[in-house]
Amino acid sequence: MKLEPYQKAEIPGPSKAFAISNAKLLLAKIKKAKKPLMIIGHKSLELEINGKLLIDYLVEIAKKYRIPVITSTPTYLEIKRRGYETVYPMNLIEAASMVKDPSWTGFDGKGNYDLVFIAGFPYYYEWLTLSGLKHFSSIETISLDPYYQPHASWSFPTMKKEEWAKIINELLE
Amino acid sequence: MSKKDLRVKIGEVKTEKGTMKDLEISIGRIFEEEWEEPVGPTPFPSIKDLRNWDFKLLKRYKPFYMPFCDLCCFCTYGKCDLTKNKRGACGIDMAGQQARIVLLACAIGAATHCGHARHLVEHLIEEYGRDTPLSMGENVEIEAPHVRLVCGIRPRKIKDLEIALDYVENQVTHLLSAIHTGQEGHWMDFESKVFHAGMIDHVAMEIADIAQIAVYNFPKADPDAPLVELGAGVVDSKKPTILVVGHNVPPAIAIADYLTKENLVGSVEVAGLCCTAIDLTRYSSFAKIIGPMSWTLRFIRSGLADVIVVDEQCVRTNLVEEAKKIGALFIATSEKNCQGLPNRTNDPADQIVDDLVSGKQPGVLIFDTEKVGEVAVKAALAVAPKRKKKRSLLTPKEIIEGSKKCIKCQECIKACPDNLPVMYAVNDAARGDLSKLAELYEKCIGCARCESACSVNLPLHTYIISAAEKKMTEEKFKIRAGRGPISDIEIREVGQPIVFGEIPGVVAFVGCPNYANGGKEIPEMVDEFAKRRYIITLSGCAAMTAGMFKDEEGKTVYEKYHGRFDAGGVVNVGSCVSNPHISGAAIKIARIFAKRNIRANYEEIADYVYNRIGAVGVAWGAMSQKAASIASGFWRLGVPVIVGPHGSKYRRMLLGRKDRDEDWYVWDARTGKKVYVGPAPEHLFYTAETKEEAMVMIAKLCIRPNDTTKGRAIKLTHYIDLYKKFYGKLPDDIHLYVRTKADIPLTMKDEILAYLEAKGWKEKATPDPTLLPRLIRKKEG
Ligand code: SF4
Ligand code: SF4
Ligand code: SF4
Repeated sequence: MKLEPYQKAEIPGPSKAFAISNAKLLLAKIKKAKKPLMIIGHKSLELEINGKLLIDYLVEIAKKYRIPVITSTPTYLEIKRRGYETVYPMNLIEAASMVKDPSWTGFDGKGNYDLVFIAGFPYYYEWLTLSGLKHFSSIETISLDPYYQPHASWSFPTMKKEEWAKIINELLE
Repeated sequence: MSKKDLRVKIGEVKTEKGTMKDLEISIGRIFEEEWEEPVGPTPFPSIKDLRNWDFKLLKRYKPFYMPFCDLCCFCTYGKCDLTKNKRGACGIDMAGQQARIVLLACAIGAATHCGHARHLVEHLIEEYGRDTPLSMGENVEIEAPHVRLVCGIRPRKIKDLEIALDYVENQVTHLLSAIHTGQEGHWMDFESKVFHAGMIDHVAMEIADIAQIAVYNFPKADPDAPLVELGAGVVDSKKPTILVVGHNVPPAIAIADYLTKENLVGSVEVAGLCCTAIDLTRYSSFAKIIGPMSWTLRFIRSGLADVIVVDEQCVRTNLVEEAKKIGALFIATSEKNCQGLPNRTNDPADQIVDDLVSGKQPGVLIFDTEKVGEVAVKAALAVAPKRKKKRSLLTPKEIIEGSKKCIKCQECIKACPDNLPVMYAVNDAARGDLSKLAELYEKCIGCARCESACSVNLPLHTYIISAAEKKMTEEKFKIRAGRGPISDIEIREVGQPIVFGEIPGVVAFVGCPNYANGGKEIPEMVDEFAKRRYIITLSGCAAMTAGMFKDEEGKTVYEKYHGRFDAGGVVNVGSCVSNPHISGAAIKIARIFAKRNIRANYEEIADYVYNRIGAVGVAWGAMSQKAASIASGFWRLGVPVIVGPHGSKYRRMLLGRKDRDEDWYVWDARTGKKVYVGPAPEHLFYTAETKEEAMVMIAKLCIRPNDTTKGRAIKLTHYIDLYKKFYGKLPDDIHLYVRTKADIPLTMKDEILAYLEAKGWKEKATPDPTLLPRLIRKKEG
């Protein structure tokens, strides 16, 4: 478990994500958040972990903790197919630019989100978006991918998929 | 003092040699001028002159910056940590620094095209004389819409282009200087300069392309330009083969001329990569195109080339070494890309050939284009018999044995820009199964970062192409040769349906091949929109990629669709420097259809294009700084651009906010009233995650305030239809685009009416839209 970017050349600078080491931490973050949000990318349809697609883990988390999801196509259709309805179509960077704006009132019109989970995008694309949020907003971000995303506030280290699945499964228990 | 301050117009002058009429003197040059169109407000605009227009756009489309890293390392005060808007020692903040990086990219892009244009113009003047006319063919009266629009001059002869070139070079210098530490500091002014770089870039590209079209007699606005062979499989591997790579075509043309002169056509293959290939096939009927630039290594490592001739831009920088590996001879021809080679320009051709073929010098530098032609052909003929006997690709046995050395460190996967599963493919290969390696071929962009990173130095890229050898040699396609400008006749026919929205949009697929998911997505998108009767225009590597796929009838999009600039047309304008024919078509619509003055009248024409012409650029694999400046030239003109996922690495998007009604008001030029027109177009620079997302966004970004009800209904039909196809429901913003019930697509009427009712929709006005109060004909009250 190294705090090392998954793509070799992506070196972030002095400010780096804290490592997620257990499910308790994630649970505490979810509990503390007034309004969490999850943004899911299409790579979650390809990445298989312990015989299950990343998207299935993510949708289960969203369902269990009632976290609204933003996603693009074709992921949107796949999430609906998995029976989750609180899902909104929007592009990742567009979503980040909305979340960055404190005056945005979110999809329910009741106020902006204060915690953003993100996972399942091409590594660099997620990297850049997280960097935009890190530098230009005060929102807390958590990457749920099984590799290190240093521009998030919190991220898993680049780790064995089984270890990742163990922590996520605990969160789902 | 700016150039326009030095321009003097004189009605009549009497000299000893006679009387001259309508003289215009510009910085010491005498420029003949009989042009009745009045000079607009901004001839030769300086870097500040269009700032107000830029700010109007930036007010709607706020940049979202995405720094690669937290630091700035531009000067010795630094490195400075700019995290969370800390300031650097010079005082700059992160937004300013990111905008500065965007400007740097665009200034480099513009400088590159300026340098290219200057070289071409100088070369062509030397070869053909300063008075060579700049004819774009009998159907093109507006030969240089960008030069006319920006500079306010009408170039008639090649020498006239030097005036515009002086201007663009001057502007590039100012733009670069603004990036110096302690100059510009605010993101907004950096962004305005980004737009300026884009605008002058389109002037520079236009200069380059019209010069070469006129002098080399490339197709001139020809919708039936010939179909050209494309793909790695179109080269006859038994013949001596010359591979040309780059963007600046004179050396490649010299090769074609030498073959013709020596009656060698048919005995030697000339094929190219990247824009030099496109431009060579606009000149020569026997030249062939291999494919886009990112796949350079594929073709070189396949061993087909006997001689490699490079010019400039986007040329892989270690080709001397790569050529050596396959025993090919190497010739560099550009002073911008000398590759550490000895300059043999002044030596006799035969001596250079001997030194190359004997291996005394594996590569040479030759600046004399004619000599390049002779040396390349003679060297290819001499070396081919020796070289052809050797095999460059690896056998399955060699791959299997090599793969066994893999230590499963994953460095290859971590180095790959798309994290392709290289290690797993290698591990399968070690067990004798090469199919996964062959599969990688479809998505691999050919960068070879995997093998650079490999802990045990396996030639991984060669593994991939060797495993896919059969597929590569079967790649035989057709592309329509670059046709150059859009003719005035075509503009006359489509001007109205485009401005009214009845042709739902013009979609320009342009730029580099840094695809996140393989090249096939380009032909898929082209086919989708051509079928829907949009006008599809293409250039450069995107134009090639579009041709590299056949439908079930064995046809490429160029064989399936016509080449006219009209509904359902698939129009290859040419190379990168042909892009201004696409943006120029929008300018020409303003001139020919709407009769607006375009001379030195940038702001008004950009306002026209922005509000009326449903055009969108798609740079799906944009990689280079030139792609950045090309895009910014579209932005300033009011044309949105979509990039693929790797385009996010330009580090800033320009995104509109449809939820803020106040952002989407225009002036009604008829009444002087402010009118809400909806988010049209919603974004100016946008990264799409997937091709499906891109297709929906393409359709949406074609919507413009000026659409007639019929036009709006057509545009909404496509937007909603694509949205339903890819999201399985109605979009959530239709109410922002429906102004009256007549805007509703007939086939979707009931569904949309119910939706509108639920949203509490109210009718809206359709104005004569403008962002420029000075264009209001009647003031309110
Ligand atoms: S050559 Fe292909 S597989 Fe290797 S790193 Fe580049 S894109 Fe990835
Ligand atoms: S980098 Fe080389 S040794 Fe390491 S996993 Fe990849 S192929 Fe194997
Ligand atoms: S970032 Fe671009 S220019 Fe720099 S080394 Fe990589 S490919 Fe070359």
